[in-house]
Amino acid sequence: MKKLITPMLKMLFITAVLLGLVSSLFGCSSTTTATTTTTTNTATQVTTTLKTTSTTTMPVSTTTSSAVVTTSTTITPPLVKPANPEIILSSTTSTRDSGLMDVLIPIFQAKTGYVVKPVYVGSGAAIALGQAGNADVMLVHSPAAEVTFMQGGYGIYRRLVMHNDFIIMGPPTDPAGIKGTANPVDALKKIAASGAKFYSRGDNSGTDAMDKSLFAKAGITVKDGASTNPSWYIEGGAGTGMLDLLRVASEKGGYILTDRSTYVANQKVLTLDIMVQGDPSLLNVYHVIQVNPAVFPKVNAAGAQAFSDFMIDPATQKIIAQYGIAQYGQELFFPDFGKSESQLGSQ
Amino acid sequence: MNPMQTKAVPPALEANNLAVKLGGKQVLNIAELQVNKNEVLVIIGPNGSGKTTLLLSLALLIKPASGTITYQGYASSKNTATLELRRKLAVVFQEPLLLNTTVWNNITLGLRARKLPVEEIKARTEKWLARFGIADLAQRQAKTLSGGEAKRVSLARAFALQPDVLFLDEPFNGVDSPTRQALMEDFGSVLRETNVTTVMVTHDRSEALMMAHRVIVLINGSIRQMGTPPQVFSNPVDEEVANFVEAGNIMHGVVSSQSEGQALVDVGGLRLDVVSNLSAGAKVTMFLHDDDITISLPAAQTQLSSARNHYTGKISKIFPTGSQIRVTVDCGIPMVALITKRSWEELSLKIGDTVIVSFKASSIHLIPK
Amino acid sequence: MGIIVDGIKQAFLLLIHGDKQMLQIAWLSLVVSGTATILSLLIGIPLGSILGLAKFPGRRVVVSLVNTGMGAPPVVVGLIVSIFLWRQGLLGFLHLMYSPGAMIIAQFIIAFPIVAGFTLAAMQQLDPKLRLQITALGVSKIQLVWQLLLEARLPLMAAVMAGFGAVISEVGASMMVGANITGQTRVMTTAIVGENSKGNFALAIALSVILMAIVYLVTLLLTMIQQRNKVR
Repeated sequence: MKKLITPMLKMLFITAVLLGLVSSLFGCSSTTTATTTTTTNTATQVTTTLKTTSTTTMPVSTTTSSAVVTTSTTITPPLVKPANPEIILSSTTSTRDSGLMDVLIPIFQAKTGYVVKPVYVGSGAAIALGQAGNADVMLVHSPAAEVTFMQGGYGIYRRLVMHNDFIIMGPPTDPAGIKGTANPVDALKKIAASGAKFYSRGDNSGTDAMDKSLFAKAGITVKDGASTNPSWYIEGGAGTGMLDLLRVASEKGGYILTDRSTYVANQKVLTLDIMVQGDPSLLNVYHVIQVNPAVFPKVNAAGAQAFSDFMIDPATQKIIAQYGIAQYGQELFFPDFGKSESQLGSQ
Repeated sequence: MNPMQTKAVPPALEANNLAVKLGGKQVLNIAELQVNKNEVLVIIGPNGSGKTTLLLSLALLIKPASGTITYQGYASSKNTATLELRRKLAVVFQEPLLLNTTVWNNITLGLRARKLPVEEIKARTEKWLARFGIADLAQRQAKTLSGGEAKRVSLARAFALQPDVLFLDEPFNGVDSPTRQALMEDFGSVLRETNVTTVMVTHDRSEALMMAHRVIVLINGSIRQMGTPPQVFSNPVDEEVANFVEAGNIMHGVVSSQSEGQALVDVGGLRLDVVSNLSAGAKVTMFLHDDDITISLPAAQTQLSSARNHYTGKISKIFPTGSQIRVTVDCGIPMVALITKRSWEELSLKIGDTVIVSFKASSIHLIPK
Repeated sequence: MGIIVDGIKQAFLLLIHGDKQMLQIAWLSLVVSGTATILSLLIGIPLGSILGLAKFPGRRVVVSLVNTGMGAPPVVVGLIVSIFLWRQGLLGFLHLMYSPGAMIIAQFIIAFPIVAGFTLAAMQQLDPKLRLQITALGVSKIQLVWQLLLEARLPLMAAVMAGFGAVISEVGASMMVGANITGQTRVMTTAIVGENSKGNFALAIALSVILMAIVYLVTLLLTMIQQRNKVR
């Protein structure tokens, strides 16, 4: 039997090598699709300028407005192809579901020659990816968790990119009678009292963190996956994203907290009305954070820097400001680079 | 082992101290066995006695737990040589075991494996297809063949390899009667023609009698008796062998006269009346089933008119076998008869008694030598 | 119901116009799943043959592992592959995460136990005496295995179909290790999930129709090869 096994094992080995070769071939092929040609490398210039001007330290970074470097609004292909062209961006489902990243990423790739591999999960999971060194850069909206992340030394250059706001939505019948309530905490108290269903992401995402903090302010204790949660508090979003949970709430006729952008971009498939909006506590703030290469030497530090720089580039900020107006008749995000977080919410 | 074999010609195949275990249980224990060149050695024995295991071991298809098989001086224990040795052997199994492809591909597979020249493969395949009368089946899919056709293909496949030793495991089992007769005749003539050294397992006595030069009786994995068919069938060494071989009578003789299908054959001083067209002078082997012989007391002779052959002799040996008794009567040559215990008692017989043995001329099966 | 009709209409429109993005997604599905299937055949068939024909210590353990692997949930496979391919993972230096290469690896891991299991079963259902007969014809070990595989070719084609069917329709692992990135790792199944989330039901149905057509055509092709010798 030995004579039978030996050639088979050889074949197994050859195939294993083959598997490695083939899969790495496919791994590379996706990166070689990036643009290659020439002119001036503006991205690199931006990087160096910003590095010297970003003087603020952790936890909260607010760079001065004088750091803005002018770049042309037309896309200029990079001079040299980056040494490591692959960037893993961990971001939240709202940036995908609103359609914003589908606009920004191709522009960034064309400008810099990098290839972005975006992974859209909840902010909690997005930060966890960064904290394990498995992402290069993060675009997230869970301020408290971000601060912890920065204090842990896992990130560098936490920069304010943009904001929009959270809204509380509910079925048009509004069984809890919260429509028009100004204070979201009051609205949640009414929902709790009525026993109407409330759908929570339950996935430690930025939205999830927000509804948990609002419920805490209302004196109602809810935790991810806890059996002590009230029966009307339903966790149904883990692993899917904001839009999926909106669809569930819409179908089941429940209340839900969502970022405005995801709702606006997808309102045609939802039968939910806005119940509560405009309170300063409902602000939804996005930061870009680079994973600290000193902690994780394997991360693509240059790529992360380039992406971070791109997000605060005036041209990009302008695109963010304009995104959605043509399609939905309103802006979905408000660019905030150069402002401090405390200045927000006064629009 | 075989006193008739001169030591001048080395045996084709030799097994020494062969032990085979299946699932931890020893199923074969062969102290010594030689297969002589150009002989047909038939292995017989009851079910489960290890016949097939012995055949497959000799054919190098089962690895023995211990012992050696020597093939023309090459021991098979060396792994590297096994394939080379195996290419000098051919095996025909009870089932045709054809591959799911054309007849042609089935026959050429072994030849292709030996990397023979294309022309030779073609020539050999055509020759053996023709020899077994299946030339027109060459391009047929094997699974569309009838049982008899498939068996012919498997025989042709074995002979095309031109083996030094041919192994057959109950090759004619499961083939229906008329087909089987034709097949055995064709096979027999090919065997005589090629003179190939053959080891065959069978449970059919007539096959053994017709084809064997030597017979081995295998019981419980060991060789109980070995010898020429007459030696084994007429003189079983013990009751167990006797029970199995159901000893018939095998006689060699010469036709002394012939008249309209009735022949007289001289056998060791007796003159037997048989049904045959062979002319005077022909040498024959005859088989007579023991239960075709009746025994009577000399006084009752007149009542046996329907039988043509009557011989007087003395009872020399008895073997009780269940409800019957095997009685050997010495009539110049030993004649073995099977009678019921009841008649034995009615006739109140004992060893040394004089009796008359009778059988019909048509009971004798006769084969020209 | 109208939505299904719309979806089927849209499927035809996409096909007729040769929608570039749709074609790219379909092509990537075929390439990724096809490559994974071929690689799984290269590993699964020898592995199944060894397990079906050879006797060695620990064989039963390996067989039970293969049988377990046949039912391995794609998301578990996706998770394990992710752990290895992440930046900080053991194989992070390959930069395969979120690439078609990663998807091929994951799908390969899903498919090869299926192929090995089917091969094992195919080998074991052959008459054990056939093996002796072929050996007795004086063939080498490799030729023996090859002849046995030829004998088992019908069930082996079933192994190919089962392996391909499992990976082309798989979504969990592809989503985890590929991340459904437009133009890079989006395949039919992940695209369907994405379009469904966005409420583009007609497009999701169109993609489903096309996916099923692909599966049907590939299976039809394999079936025709399989049954080729039967019709005589």
